[in-house]
Amino acid sequence: MDAMTAPAPSDTPLLSIRGLGIRFRTAQGDWQATRDVSFDIARGERLGIVGESGCGKTITGLSMLRLLPPRVATVEGTIGFEGKNLVDCAARDMRRVRGRRIGMIFQEPMSALDPVFTVGDQIAESLRVHQTISKADARARAIEMLKRVGIASPERRVDDFPHQLSGGMRQRVMIAAALICQPQLLIADEPTTALDVTVQAQILDLLRELSASSDTALMLITHDIGVVAESCTRMLTMYAGEVIEDAPVDDALRRPLHPYTSGLLRSLPHLSERRSKLPSIPGRVPTLNMPTGCRFQPRCSHATQGCERPQALLDAGDRPGSGRRVRCWRFRDIDLPGVVH
Amino acid sequence: MAALAEQPIVSVRDLVVRFPTQDRRATVKAIDGVSFDVRAGETFGIIGESGSGKTTVGRTLVFLQPPTSGTMHHDGVDAASISTRELRQHRRDYQIIFQDPNAALNPRMSIVASVMEPLKLAKSGTASECRARAIAALERVGLAPETGDRYPHQLSGGQKQRVLIARALTLRPRLLVCDEVVAALDMSIRGDVLNLFAELQRDFGLTYVFITHDLSVVSHISDRIAVMYLGRFMEMGPTEPMMAQPLHPYTEALLSAEPSPLPSDLRQPRRIVLQGEIPSPIDPPSGCRFRTRCRYAQPDCATTEPVWRELTPGRFVACHYAGQPGFMSSQPTHHGSAS
Repeated sequence: MDAMTAPAPSDTPLLSIRGLGIRFRTAQGDWQATRDVSFDIARGERLGIVGESGCGKTITGLSMLRLLPPRVATVEGTIGFEGKNLVDCAARDMRRVRGRRIGMIFQEPMSALDPVFTVGDQIAESLRVHQTISKADARARAIEMLKRVGIASPERRVDDFPHQLSGGMRQRVMIAAALICQPQLLIADEPTTALDVTVQAQILDLLRELSASSDTALMLITHDIGVVAESCTRMLTMYAGEVIEDAPVDDALRRPLHPYTSGLLRSLPHLSERRSKLPSIPGRVPTLNMPTGCRFQPRCSHATQGCERPQALLDAGDRPGSGRRVRCWRFRDIDLPGVVH
Repeated sequence: MAALAEQPIVSVRDLVVRFPTQDRRATVKAIDGVSFDVRAGETFGIIGESGSGKTTVGRTLVFLQPPTSGTMHHDGVDAASISTRELRQHRRDYQIIFQDPNAALNPRMSIVASVMEPLKLAKSGTASECRARAIAALERVGLAPETGDRYPHQLSGGQKQRVLIARALTLRPRLLVCDEVVAALDMSIRGDVLNLFAELQRDFGLTYVFITHDLSVVSHISDRIAVMYLGRFMEMGPTEPMMAQPLHPYTEALLSAEPSPLPSDLRQPRRIVLQGEIPSPIDPPSGCRFRTRCRYAQPDCATTEPVWRELTPGRFVACHYAGQPGFMSSQPTHHGSAS
């Protein structure tokens, strides 16, 4: 489980996660939330992580900034970032990464902003923590950043409190605060779920544009495959705490290799005739008692003898180094529908 | 589709609902003049952004919110004209299911107790009869009878939503208002619950008013759709023609803002991005209330309020320019039929 087993990348990835397993201590015993999560993010790449609630996508993001409660969460594996392993580097090093080299925005901008400070103070805060900068300069940078995220009359808005802003403007403020230190990677966890669809379109455009213009890599965590299709270059699908597929977005949509990815895509109402029966995946996501072999096997219509064995994330690229991976040993034998057929 | 002569199950005319703001200094115009019919057996979708007033419409339809003005007839009966006692009987036919299944179930009541509550309130049979009917309702929505003895925290989100559907069905309503009923559910479950709604409609001849912000959901399930913005309907009509060729600039923008799960070469070139956000319903813009975000707005849109008119049979729109040759000619086609 070290970087040697990864598909040889053309240059060193910005982020390299290997064998990440997160366990929580609960009253009912230990709960393995994720296991064997491994993936890379290249510089400037936009990766979408999709999955249903409980699949481990959010805690993977939180673990990268070491934001999990240390008393109950145990993290194993490595998170390689700029020569450091974020799983066990010193707290002091972690503080230099958090908010400065890796920024993060959350789903609910209202609970992520402090109601008693102006938005300008909150944007400037990360700057003042990480750099030696005068108050006046920090304020000027905050105004400049508000302008970059598309807030009208930023000179006035900088002194507003969060409650004076609409939901979309609050999310813009969060993006401004996350990007002001020019991080290499921005983790966005469901950044548009609380927003209306017309505002979501604005925020997704903004994220994509800022990522492209500043070469900031984006890790977008979402349950919405449409959002990934529009914003990302690669899609990582998670199920029951494991990465089950990793592919360029267009490939994943057109020709998914894992039955779960295919099932998710086919259940989207966009693709079915109006009023027709929507294809669905039978059963429920396992939570506490994980199947020993393939975790999707109890719900999988392609399950057969052999699926009860533990599944590894296999290299499935048509060409070496394409980085296409799938956790299904039968991927060459089964032909699965995607969004187009 | 119901025959033309048939009486609509609900008929709403010039509905207005206003609320005072918290400091009582201003008035929120939550619904500001809306007229529509819901036909027996159909699914009528209402789509809109937050603050559009769609939830208030739903609550008004099931008598949870008295109208400020305007009329509503349920099966020809004007609720304002009957006694409280008659109303209590009458309103059983019109039920609502809310978005958040956690907030809608009492955590200290067993599932079966929650489901039989409406029957008890309606004094409909003995306790054991009520219980039997509640269990039957649970089974009908695909839950095992043992589920009845459990408590809300022991169920998943999808199961809880099924419990709410079962509870709404116990009184055998004719109309069911579904307010964002699948928004809180995971993707793989959402399809199952939507399928259940369709099945129940067939079996019980139910009529639905489906309120949601999710275009893919509303367009999948609805026969007709109303598009709401700042307390008014912007457009109303049958689903397919509206999706294929919207008449109102707001509908056009909504359709193009919806992220489509398609490979890049099949996606429509970039959409119309609406600037800004929905204005405050306390002080909506003059004239057409969408004009502040409309890319086609003309000077007269600020001065004259568009008339709600039937442009072609069954298709209503509130826009001065809708239907004029060349208007909104860069029509996006909806991504509905890629497969």
